Amino acid sequence: MVRVLIALACSLAALSAGAQQARPRAEDAALEERVLAIAGELRCLVCQNETIADSRADLAVDLRNQVRDQLRAGKSERDIRDYMVQRYGDFVLYKPPVKPITWLLWIGPFVLLAAMAAWLWRTLRRRKALASAAPLSEAEQQRARILLGQGPK
Amino acid sequence: MKRYFVPLVVFVLMAGFLAVGLKLNPREVPSPLINKTAPVFDLPQLHDPGLRVTAEQMKGQVWVLNVFASWCTPCLAEHPYVTQLARQPGVKVIGLNYKDRAEDAKGWLRKHGDPYAAIAVDADGRVGIDYGVYGVPETFVIDKHGVVRHKQIGPITPQALKDDILPMLAKLNG
Amino acid sequence: MIPELGHFSLILALAVVLLAQSALPLVGASRGRAAWVALARPAALVHFVLIAIAYLCLTIAFVSNDFSVALAAQHSNSALPVHYRVAAVWGNHEGSILLWSLILAGWAVAVALFSRQLPALVVARVIGVMGLVSAGFLLFTLFTSNPFERLLPAAEDGRDLNPLLQDPGMVFHPPLLYMGYVGFSVAFAFAIAALISGRLDSTWARWSRPWTTVAWVFLTLGIALGSAWAYYELGWGGWWFWDPVENASFLPWLAGTALIHSLAVTEKRGGFKMWTVLLAILTFSLSLMGTFLVRSGVLSSVHAFATDPARGIFILSFLFVVIGGSLALFAWRGPRVGVGGMFEPVSREGMLLANNVLLMVATAAVMLGTLYPLVLDALKLGKISVGPPYFNAVFVPLMVPALFLMGIGPVARWKKASVPELAVQLRWAFGASFVAALIAPFLLGKWTPMIGFFLFLASWIVAAVLTTLYQRVRGVPLAQWVQRLATQTGNWYGMLLAHTGVAVFIVGVALVGGYQTEQDLRMDVGSTARVGDYDFKLLGLRDVQGPNYQAVRATFAASSNGLQVGTLEPEKRVYSVSRSPMSEVAIDRGFTRDLYVALGEPLEGGQAWTVRLYVKPFVNWIWGGCVLMALGGLLAVADRRYRLTSRQHTTNTRPAGAVIR
Repeated sequence: MVRVLIALACSLAALSAGAQQARPRAEDAALEERVLAIAGELRCLVCQNETIADSRADLAVDLRNQVRDQLRAGKSERDIRDYMVQRYGDFVLYKPPVKPITWLLWIGPFVLLAAMAAWLWRTLRRRKALASAAPLSEAEQQRARILLGQGPK
Repeated sequence: MKRYFVPLVVFVLMAGFLAVGLKLNPREVPSPLINKTAPVFDLPQLHDPGLRVTAEQMKGQVWVLNVFASWCTPCLAEHPYVTQLARQPGVKVIGLNYKDRAEDAKGWLRKHGDPYAAIAVDADGRVGIDYGVYGVPETFVIDKHGVVRHKQIGPITPQALKDDILPMLAKLNG
Repeated sequence: MIPELGHFSLILALAVVLLAQSALPLVGASRGRAAWVALARPAALVHFVLIAIAYLCLTIAFVSNDFSVALAAQHSNSALPVHYRVAAVWGNHEGSILLWSLILAGWAVAVALFSRQLPALVVARVIGVMGLVSAGFLLFTLFTSNPFERLLPAAEDGRDLNPLLQDPGMVFHPPLLYMGYVGFSVAFAFAIAALISGRLDSTWARWSRPWTTVAWVFLTLGIALGSAWAYYELGWGGWWFWDPVENASFLPWLAGTALIHSLAVTEKRGGFKMWTVLLAILTFSLSLMGTFLVRSGVLSSVHAFATDPARGIFILSFLFVVIGGSLALFAWRGPRVGVGGMFEPVSREGMLLANNVLLMVATAAVMLGTLYPLVLDALKLGKISVGPPYFNAVFVPLMVPALFLMGIGPVARWKKASVPELAVQLRWAFGASFVAALIAPFLLGKWTPMIGFFLFLASWIVAAVLTTLYQRVRGVPLAQWVQRLATQTGNWYGMLLAHTGVAVFIVGVALVGGYQTEQDLRMDVGSTARVGDYDFKLLGLRDVQGPNYQAVRATFAASSNGLQVGTLEPEKRVYSVSRSPMSEVAIDRGFTRDLYVALGEPLEGGQAWTVRLYVKPFVNWIWGGCVLMALGGLLAVADRRYRLTSRQHTTNTRPAGAVIR
């Protein structure tokens, strides 16, 4: 109730001030940017297909508030992530943590790339060697000349 | 020409995982609190706000924390089974009234029965976050040393009661 | 009556496709029975007509508000505008599977009609294989997903189409996507036919290439439309989320892109045969896999249809038979396909091969990321999430070398290219891109290494395209340039246009990612806000009534430096039947920027609202680039050489290129 009165008072004051500026929803724009950056990498557990930054679910709002409070209290990004993981598990992180069970995930594609590149290099080399390892014999050369219309040697 | 078999082998492997995947529920989030100490809390009681409910109070016995709210429809569905649970010997069922209004909660309990030994009021949901609650209802089984042993996600079904919760309680009670 | 007619039509279609379109022609092709082989074309036509009848019956049920048909009762409503009732037919699982079947039958007819110059044997096999796939879908439909299920007693009214889907984008997105997914079945069928017959040569590639490119064009447009639709429909201004179902559509696109490049080499040089066959099988397999992922409940996604384990098991079995069968065929007969010509690592073939590899690894990476949570869960190793941070970190570095090669490939010689020669040809392009990357970001705001790097890549591609054009007219007097350029092929121009499209796409992504500005504000009537170089003033709020919803509409005036730029009217709607609130954003679109306004929640009893205002520079270049890519594809298909074939091939009994048995 008090908040409504204050808001009303503010808007009345603003009206009387003439062309008024819209008020930012957040008190501190810089802090809010950090909140959204962190929340943007956390998964909303209710909707599960949105980030906590975008989701309108109650839990998402609560968790955004948690992030904001913790940032204000001076906690680091890593502290906040740990906080979330402690309560919800790795599922809440959209960026999978790098640990032994996710090594395959993070390194796999690049290992695959290197392996394929190596295999291709070998195959191309081998094919080239096969082609050049068998030079034409004398009889074959004669035949080639005849076919090319150059007449026998 | 063994390399021509590689795509087939990779596919069969993948199909195997997809087949297993059909039985899994991708939306279910398992609790990281299993086998860890239950988060501490100190909340007012619903019926007597002057008194407190704390996790510390429960040490020494097996107890169950049931997260519920008057606005939650599945909570109504599971209520008979919560009541059944509360009747088990050696088990205390504590209610966590999650993001609810005291009046609404009391009314709901008057209407449907109050099986709880005590009810903690978590008005802003902070304790819920500490317990990793992401939907209502959820139920936690906690042992004598204050360690979380089981989490029931969603309403308690007769199946869950029979297969998971009751055996777990029997085991914890020795 | 009508739904039963539709149901009966489907049963008939199954009988026709199994017997007349597939079994007889395929066996006839292997046994030399001309009469059976000749059945393929007319059977495909009959099959299509029967499916079309079934589809029409379902559409009639929706349009005429027949709520005794369960599907209409669940997904439509009498207050729903007619065009959305038509679209609602495919806005659900059963209807969309029927659409799949319709489009598959349609492509088979297209092959039947436009393949006069192909040997009857090949046509029979291609149509036969497509028929087998159709049969699978029809069995799936009839046994697990019957769209003609009755609801008795009939419902009073329907539960309405999901408001998110009541939108023009919804009307076109699934059909375009399906045209793409299903279109790749043609290349797939050609590949299977080639494996069965043991004949794979450049002529085969020439036949399959236009079909594959057209399918690719549709898929490109379908995905672009989906992205554009998400942009304005979901209200948070994002355009790609690496959601499992988005990935499911992207996987066949990546493989399809590799396929069309690979086909080019097989057509021109007879090389890459194993690659092309494998890619053809893979691309369609990924389309089918996408279908499975969306409908089985295996992955959770905002797109996913209502799930049902029985359906999941059926589709998985179907996948096993089709994909497993074709890959087994590949393992068995693949070696007979033979190898193509020789080439140096540094050559156009070499670069296209590198391109293939990069695209394949990218496909594998996206698949890995999408399925990894499932793999870990299945192995009881816990639950993780793999989201945009992973995909962006892995996919982009994999694509960068391919983008760089995009500039070099078209200029490189076939078989053997020389690095020094390439360096000389491309030095101007390299220099110009470098300069552009250094300067342009300053003109737009700030310079960061990321923006600089992506602008370099985009400029590189464009500069290389210009260099390629210039190479063709080098040494020719200016007066004859037009003539010289006019004789270049549609294929060549298509390539240049599509590659330019990629550059435009990169510019869009980089600039909107780097320079987007936004504000999240409380606004009441009369207040103004400044975002970037624009001022937004809330002029008014009023209540409006839509056909099946009620809304609050806000009117904003946007101006820049005092000059009025446009009016934006976002809405917050509540749909009458579902009672779900939906935010309709307002967008002022422009070539160089979009102004994007979304209403949030009402405050102070509705006199003020929370509002999100965005200025998104060059965001339309994202989809513009995709459209250019699609146009490039169409140009390539329109190449005269594909249409000359009728005269050449009727007298040709032995196709050019080695025939390997």
